[in-house]
Amino acid sequence: MLQLSERDAAMLNGEAGSGVALAMRIVTRTANVMGADRLIDITSAHIDGCLYHGAASLDFVERFVQSETRVAVPTTLNVGSLDLIHPELYQGEQSTQRAAERLMKAHIELGCESSFTCAPYQLKHRPKLGDQIAWAESNAIVFANSVLGARTSRYGDFLDLAAAITGRAPYAGLHVTENRAAQILIRVADFGALPGRDVFFAALGFLLGKAAGASVGAIDGLPPDTTEDELKALGAAAASSGAVALFHGIGITPEAPTLDAACQGKPPARVIDVSLEELRAVRRHLNQAKPGDALVAVSLGTPHFSVTEFEQLAALFAAFSAPLACDFYVNTSRFVLWQLESSGIANTLASRGVQIVLDTCTYITPVMKKMSGLVMTNSGKWALYAPANIGVRVAYGSMNECVRSAFTGKVCFDEHDESTGQL
Amino acid sequence: MNTMNPQASFNAEALTSGFARGPGVFIEPLSFWGGYDTETGTIVEQSHPAFGQSLAGVILLMARAKGSSSSSSVLAEAIRNKTGPAGIVLCERDLIIAIGVIVANELYASQVPLVLASSEDFEQLCKTGGVIQIDAPAGEETARVAIERSSAL
Repeated sequence: MLQLSERDAAMLNGEAGSGVALAMRIVTRTANVMGADRLIDITSAHIDGCLYHGAASLDFVERFVQSETRVAVPTTLNVGSLDLIHPELYQGEQSTQRAAERLMKAHIELGCESSFTCAPYQLKHRPKLGDQIAWAESNAIVFANSVLGARTSRYGDFLDLAAAITGRAPYAGLHVTENRAAQILIRVADFGALPGRDVFFAALGFLLGKAAGASVGAIDGLPPDTTEDELKALGAAAASSGAVALFHGIGITPEAPTLDAACQGKPPARVIDVSLEELRAVRRHLNQAKPGDALVAVSLGTPHFSVTEFEQLAALFAAFSAPLACDFYVNTSRFVLWQLESSGIANTLASRGVQIVLDTCTYITPVMKKMSGLVMTNSGKWALYAPANIGVRVAYGSMNECVRSAFTGKVCFDEHDESTGQL
Repeated sequence: MNTMNPQASFNAEALTSGFARGPGVFIEPLSFWGGYDTETGTIVEQSHPAFGQSLAGVILLMARAKGSSSSSSVLAEAIRNKTGPAGIVLCERDLIIAIGVIVANELYASQVPLVLASSEDFEQLCKTGGVIQIDAPAGEETARVAIERSSAL
């Protein structure tokens, strides 16, 4: 039975306005569904509701705008359906474009930051170990829980904004320590020295999602020099193939210095061994192309590219002097772009023909010039969703392979025979 | 208000309140985002076994949900657009489905009962088919689910 604090009850009774009361009704009704016995304070929120799904998206947020409601905690925004900095890229219907733009701007009127990124963990201020937060968007959730050690349940549209407005969330799910113990142990073969290892992190994530569903997994065998960008790729793939909201990397992530810590002292219910051949099989499964197939585009940055990834990309481009042989898109946030502008990387890449896409992502909205044909990516998440969402075929390879392929206009894999999967 | 000869009826946990009656439609887990077209009211996920099926006005029988957390928005939009289910029976508690139904109720005063059934009761619902009635009175934690003979609609 849900017990409300005095302040919660006051909000519910409309003492802070009708918008806050609506938000509190949604939080408490959700808390009842989750079986929570109380609400807790949150220190930040991340909103996925600024992506346009129809009139209900806009009706919801306009209720808060009209009642002059504001968010109560620092609140970042996930991607919208448009690149507000490059609106000319949008190729969809005008009426949808207008509604999608209004949805993004209405959220800013509520006091949210115009971050428009699926990687809010790459912004200046990010949650710390143990912080209670209410985040939406599957990859942001899994990164916040796993890599930062902050605590959020798998929130989605509507509840994210309701939590931001009330500053409260149901005390249930992954907010509670006991629910963060790993139940599944995945022991992975050492892939740390393989070339183009970025694709293996995504492949491992894909397998984790399939095996774990919504439960918590611990991974033993990640390379000791695993980077945040690699954990980002792993988590995004796991949250796409399953409903993973938290994983532990033993010796890597903050709540898992040891296997025992990751499992909170109990033995895992299931142990799964993953071989290099199984990782290669996932790579073949996500890839729909043969070496030599003609490409219409390369798309990187799902989730949004980090500054470090841009530096790696610029270094890879420096090895080629010819012009690009297909379109080249990189999705990122305004905040990352500002840093690239000051370092000069943004100009260098733009002069080589790279289109940097801001505020949105190439797999959820029509912004690429060519929306059919073969597009290459290093993102497991993009490879999973793009065929159904925007109707392209997908070639899947490492960042290095994507760049080489873009300069020849044809799919190339590094010393890799796709027909046999042998390196 | 409905005279009926129920073949069977049972209690279920009510997650949202409302009264609904319609043909029972069983489907495998569906992600409404990317899987359901709220304009046409049909399942559009090509690899889904119920591809092309309409859920408008039906009692949706889905053991559990799957996929994107944006599904709350898509379900709320379907309810707004009258292309969504009239009632929903799940076996596993699902936050994303519940929030879609709760927000549609807050915005449009829709009354779509969402209930949790035991797996035995759920199986019986799916096997019997026909018309299903869900009665989940406001403020009560228990709903009554009844199966009618299919000729009764």
